[in-house]
Amino acid sequence: MSVSVDIAGVTKRFGDFVAVDRVSLQIRKGEFFSLLGPSGCGKTTLLRMIGGFEFPTEGVIRIGDRDVTWLPPYKRPVNMVFQSSALFPHLTVIENVAFGLRYKGLNNGAAKQKARDALALVRLEGFEDRPPAQLSGGQRQRVALARALAMEPEVLLLDEPLAALDQKLRKEVQLELKNLQKSLGLTFVFVTHDQEEALTMSDRIAVMNQGRVEQLDASHHVFEYPKTEFVAQFMGAPNFFTGVVKSLAEGLLYIGGRTEADIRARTTSDTWRPNDPVRFVVRPEKLDLRTKSGTSDGEVSIEVTIEDRVYQGVNTVWVVRGDDGERYMIYEQNDRPFQESSRFRVGGRAFMSWNPRDTVVLEKKS
Amino acid sequence: MGDETTKPTKAPYLLIAPSWAALGILFLLPLLVMFIISFGMRGTYGGLKPIDDLWAYILSGDFLANYKRSLEPLYWPIYWRSFWMATVTTVLCLLISYPIAYYIAIVAPARWKNLLLALVVIPFWTSFLIRTYAWMLILRTEGLINTVLMEGGLIDKPLDLLYNEFAVMIGLVYGELPFMILPLYASLEKLDLTLLEASSDLGAKHVSTFWRVTLPLTMPGVVAGVVLVFIPSIGQFVVSDLLGGAKSMLVGNLIQNQFAVARHRPFGSAIAFELTAVVLLLLFAYAWWAKKRGQEAML
Repeated sequence: MSVSVDIAGVTKRFGDFVAVDRVSLQIRKGEFFSLLGPSGCGKTTLLRMIGGFEFPTEGVIRIGDRDVTWLPPYKRPVNMVFQSSALFPHLTVIENVAFGLRYKGLNNGAAKQKARDALALVRLEGFEDRPPAQLSGGQRQRVALARALAMEPEVLLLDEPLAALDQKLRKEVQLELKNLQKSLGLTFVFVTHDQEEALTMSDRIAVMNQGRVEQLDASHHVFEYPKTEFVAQFMGAPNFFTGVVKSLAEGLLYIGGRTEADIRARTTSDTWRPNDPVRFVVRPEKLDLRTKSGTSDGEVSIEVTIEDRVYQGVNTVWVVRGDDGERYMIYEQNDRPFQESSRFRVGGRAFMSWNPRDTVVLEKKS
Repeated sequence: MGDETTKPTKAPYLLIAPSWAALGILFLLPLLVMFIISFGMRGTYGGLKPIDDLWAYILSGDFLANYKRSLEPLYWPIYWRSFWMATVTTVLCLLISYPIAYYIAIVAPARWKNLLLALVVIPFWTSFLIRTYAWMLILRTEGLINTVLMEGGLIDKPLDLLYNEFAVMIGLVYGELPFMILPLYASLEKLDLTLLEASSDLGAKHVSTFWRVTLPLTMPGVVAGVVLVFIPSIGQFVVSDLLGGAKSMLVGNLIQNQFAVARHRPFGSAIAFELTAVVLLLLFAYAWWAKKRGQEAML
């Protein structure tokens, strides 16, 4: 896999504020890459540095084989789809899409033709002569996308382009965008704060927090095997357990301190030592609620107090608290309820159990 | 029901009546008086000559005498000079103001903006007349510029800076500058900076971005500024009187002379009306342009 964008030790400071903190990552050619994180995590700043709208305080950015760290946007082989769409209000749709083509040496006729092709790609034929003010939000973003694609960039940068669309339209455009990316084989770098959006579209996701990359993995990996508490929380798995390492053998970590029997959990790290404190998570949909301590199949059980239940349509969320004071979320699918679901009530006691292979051990804190 | 629906509709007219009354008495009425006077004849000692037979006067066409006279070749150079001076003033103001407005609206840090805008407006606290006199002190033979240049040994004898068109131009540009900066600032302030980034992203260098994005989008400010500067410039007489000496008479001076020196009120009124017509034409052109663009006029 050849590298499309190489970010090497990039830091960006605004005065005292560190927006991006020593980030190094490589974006592969032809992949859909997402920068995911809450607002203020530095994802947009990083994207803007790739686009040339900000310059790093430290570090190097390469696109292809070229060092572009200090190049202005108009000299970079990348194009951006802005969150606000940034269409020129005084130009028609076709003039917007053809805007940059003259700098590629195309004459007016060829530019118009190319712009028309790009508009066809985003299914906006027949809108050529409209001013942007007469388009809906979704149409505006399509024009912005066509405008960027017409430039035939090596890398397409997308800064939360769907944030302003309503939920239903957003889902549609997500799939369209993903299909378009696949069929064009183009490198997409997508910034979003919506984990579901990132999971839907991305090949790989870099989860960012406070200017740093917390985890970079294939998207299903980020979802299933979060490495840090932040990523687990962001990916909707806010169930944290603390234990103590008993032993490590053949990729299996034996964790004690929480249950009578040790919990056996897989780990890829071999740096664990006995008596190390260890944190792990279990996704809410992997947890089960029972009246008795389930010991069959080596299942793990912890006694908890039920604090709340919230009906959410597809799921019912049980909020429970362990005797150590930690709070946990359990999702019960409403079409496949827990066997003893009717016997639980808020304020009562119950056993929370899960299959040990669903235990996800977080990275060892250095 | 009837009362309830009719009463409120009268209220707006009642509320706006004082404004209309003020405008009518202070502006429209004097204009009307001037309009009538412009068709009259000058009396032997100034004032108006009584007309014995109004009907004969109208039929003879004499009532247009003042307008005919105003079109005599004698006055052409004055009109031409006024138009030319106003045009150059407007262009200079635009060229100087755009970078200033751009800096204040876009480049300057937010905390400086209000201070910089205040600096643009502060000169209004001093009378325009006094500020024009100040320019005389700067430009005259023993003035600031000549003194500094002489002391510095850069020149042997003082430069003729005052009492010429150059001095008038300086005075005009200086005086009108804020009227150009403020509308330009208003439209640059509203400019979405992401559009400039998008332009750069699509391959446009700074100059290209300026011509293709910044300028077209701030055109309302440019046109408003042009109108605001051109109109006072073409009619003014104080600056050309004080800084231009007798040599550079403008249409404003011509009108003023008819009233104050030649005591020919009918002729002065006629020229004043012609000037008003030209200005109105410009304003209508501006309104038409703004409407065509579907934008709200800034004036």
